Amino acid sequence: MTGIPWAVERRPDTGVTNATLGLWLFLAAEVMFFGSLVSAYALLRSGADGWPVQREVVRLPLGILDTLLLLGATAATLRASRALHTGATASYRGWTGAALALGAAFLGASALEWAGLVARGQVPSASLFAGLYFTLTASHAVHLLGALAVSGYLLGPGAGLARLEPARYAHRIAVTAVYWQFVTAVWLVLVVLLYLL
Amino acid sequence: MVRKYLFSSDHKVVGLQYALASLLFLLVGFGLILIIRWQLAYPGIPLPLVGGWFGEANAPGGIVLPEFYNQLSGMHGTIMVFLAVVPLAVGAFGNYLVPLQIGAPDMAFPRLNRASFQLYLLGGIIMLVSFAAPGGAAGSGWTSYPPLAVLATEGQTLWLAGMFFVIVSAMLGSVNMITTIVQLRAPGLTWFRLPFFVWSQLVTAFLLLLAFPPLQAAAVLQGMDRLAGTGFFMPTGLVVGGEVLARSGGGSPLLWQHLFWFLAHPEVYVLILPPLGIVAEVLANNARKPLWGYRLMVYAILVLGFLSLIVWAHHMYLTGMSAVLSGFFQATTLIISIPSVIVLSSLVLSLHGGSIRFTTPMLFALAFLPMFGIGGLTGLPLGLASTDIPLHDTNYVVGHFHYVVAPGTMFALFAGIYHWYPRVTGRLLDDWLGRVHFAGSLVCMNVIFWPMLVQGLAGVNRRLYDGGLQYALAQDVLGLNVPMWLGAVGLGLFQLPFIVNVFGSPWFGRVAGRNPWDATTLEWSAAPATVEGAAFQGPQVFRPAYEYSVPGAPHDFLPQDAPGEAR
Ligand code: HEM
Ligand SMILES: [Cu+2]
Repeated sequence: MTGIPWAVERRPDTGVTNATLGLWLFLAAEVMFFGSLVSAYALLRSGADGWPVQREVVRLPLGILDTLLLLGATAATLRASRALHTGATASYRGWTGAALALGAAFLGASALEWAGLVARGQVPSASLFAGLYFTLTASHAVHLLGALAVSGYLLGPGAGLARLEPARYAHRIAVTAVYWQFVTAVWLVLVVLLYLL
Repeated sequence: MVRKYLFSSDHKVVGLQYALASLLFLLVGFGLILIIRWQLAYPGIPLPLVGGWFGEANAPGGIVLPEFYNQLSGMHGTIMVFLAVVPLAVGAFGNYLVPLQIGAPDMAFPRLNRASFQLYLLGGIIMLVSFAAPGGAAGSGWTSYPPLAVLATEGQTLWLAGMFFVIVSAMLGSVNMITTIVQLRAPGLTWFRLPFFVWSQLVTAFLLLLAFPPLQAAAVLQGMDRLAGTGFFMPTGLVVGGEVLARSGGGSPLLWQHLFWFLAHPEVYVLILPPLGIVAEVLANNARKPLWGYRLMVYAILVLGFLSLIVWAHHMYLTGMSAVLSGFFQATTLIISIPSVIVLSSLVLSLHGGSIRFTTPMLFALAFLPMFGIGGLTGLPLGLASTDIPLHDTNYVVGHFHYVVAPGTMFALFAGIYHWYPRVTGRLLDDWLGRVHFAGSLVCMNVIFWPMLVQGLAGVNRRLYDGGLQYALAQDVLGLNVPMWLGAVGLGLFQLPFIVNVFGSPWFGRVAGRNPWDATTLEWSAAPATVEGAAFQGPQVFRPAYEYSVPGAPHDFLPQDAPGEAR
């Protein structure tokens, strides 16, 4: 237990807790990161001599499946967080487990897409689009892996905090859920960019 | 003991770790430049003393090969900017002082803070190890422009990996810094009572937070180009050594330049803002006066921070951008010098009518002002496309930015070290050694950097490994390379008193009281904040940061946390 103030309670004049502010700042940096990748995509595509019809390279059904899985996972983290606030620990654990499973399924579906692309000769060096597809989706997958790791940690090894400092634990869960939403939002942008446009 | 000092998450310990590591990198970066300056002064003549250290592949018979020269200059820039100066200014000074100055028990996320340091160290070690890679370290310059960088040897991959960790470290560090300043200010410490140093760290942290991720993205893309064979930065049909390259292209080398400078221009303000903060603290304290135009200065650096995000393409005037685009970046570049001038003028005006104490830190801070002035003024011709076109990529540019970062930033950091050393160790640094260090460094730095401006104006390209021996434009100013070499050696020698001073004074230095400089800010306060136990006991702040020479006050300084009439 450290004596750092405003870890759980909001500081009255700023209206936020440390973790909330820290997360939003982190997300600002992440927006700049993905924003740069997206700008790179835009610049390269607008400057390219030709561009493949993206839907003929990637498989839209897998993209839709991915999207549904991730939306489900995020919804589950929100349910989990709300359950924890009302003290329903079992329900919290159930929903978090569901989120982890759906997130893992997303990664599985992505791996399927990647393997398919490679099998069809669409390796990263095949075209600018293929290269961008791998770079963008892999960068996103790493972030999702981070979300899975945090939620998994808090559910398993980090659950001790729930007994020692329930308020602090619940706050962490709530903040983590925001991160899940961000990862999902990024995916939605990527789906439009890489599958639909 | 090991736990306490090696793996502590206390902000003071982490700050000192940053200080030690970055000073070591500073020394390494300086060592590289000694080799470079020898080679420029005496091209093709074997290195004295150390000639045998670098192996046949790099310096056969002690003669520096061009490829090795490229590694040296590229890594000098990388190490100095990313591993030495920024970690010293932000990691060391920021971590150590900000929590103390705002009366906080620690950083908002202490363990994250420790992790930031470890990531930085990891990145730094990767950079150093890259010298042992096949083909040596990265040799494409600190800017790592493709296509050169994409086609370079293994060292470039390690450069990207090292940068990756350094960037993550900076990002986590800045999240921590902003949260700490926003959330952990002591009661009564309102925004406009913050010491200017804290403001400078806040703006710096925002720049790091927003500008570094694009370079992260760029590094990922360049890594893909190198490892997965993509062609993001590679044009189609590139001819290398007379043959068309068989690899995927279609990409844009300029894309890298945009992403790189979107970071790297704000990065130069990261190099200068914390030093401005340090100089402000030292000046106010030694002039025994409040800062002139404190609020104006705060607004100025906020504007500066914002504008620095939209001037980056002034590094790219020669890339054939459209006149409209070029006009935009020329305009923003000129506008950004306004807040810089405001801050500098306020600092000068702060001296007016003060009863100045010429302490060693004050000498460094005073010298900072004209030196940074030269650096800024030499930047203006670079900001206008018509004057930049002949000057671009000449030694003039090298002179410009070294004036800002060497007798500018580094002097401010020295001022900070002399000023806060007693806060860290309880003892003062020796004055006499300090003055020798100061005078010698000031003279030597000018001997090194002024001729760069002269050579650049004569048209000497900045990337010639023989110092210009075979370059027509360089013939008249070739001789300057010898005094520059001597200046560099002298600069090295004049750091010896500093090193002796810093490492000897914990034992031999004069014992300092709690507040040896009669300062007002909280880090000197008699009742420091503590983290022990659950309930945090912090100071209560009653007044602005620089209440010096207040009429009618019992002393010529009123500490921020001294009870009494609030203002
Ligand atoms: C406020 C006035 C300043 C202006 C108008 C200015 C302008 C410029 C311009 C236009 C260039 C590009 C020159 C070229 O490559 O042709 C440049 C280069 C540079 N400036 Fe400044 N600058 C200013 C201040 C600073 C400060 C405060 C710093 C650092 C603390 C700095 C560091 C650098 C560096 C490192 C480069 C060279 C990068 C490279 O090409 O390797 N400048 N400056
Ligand atoms: Cu710039």
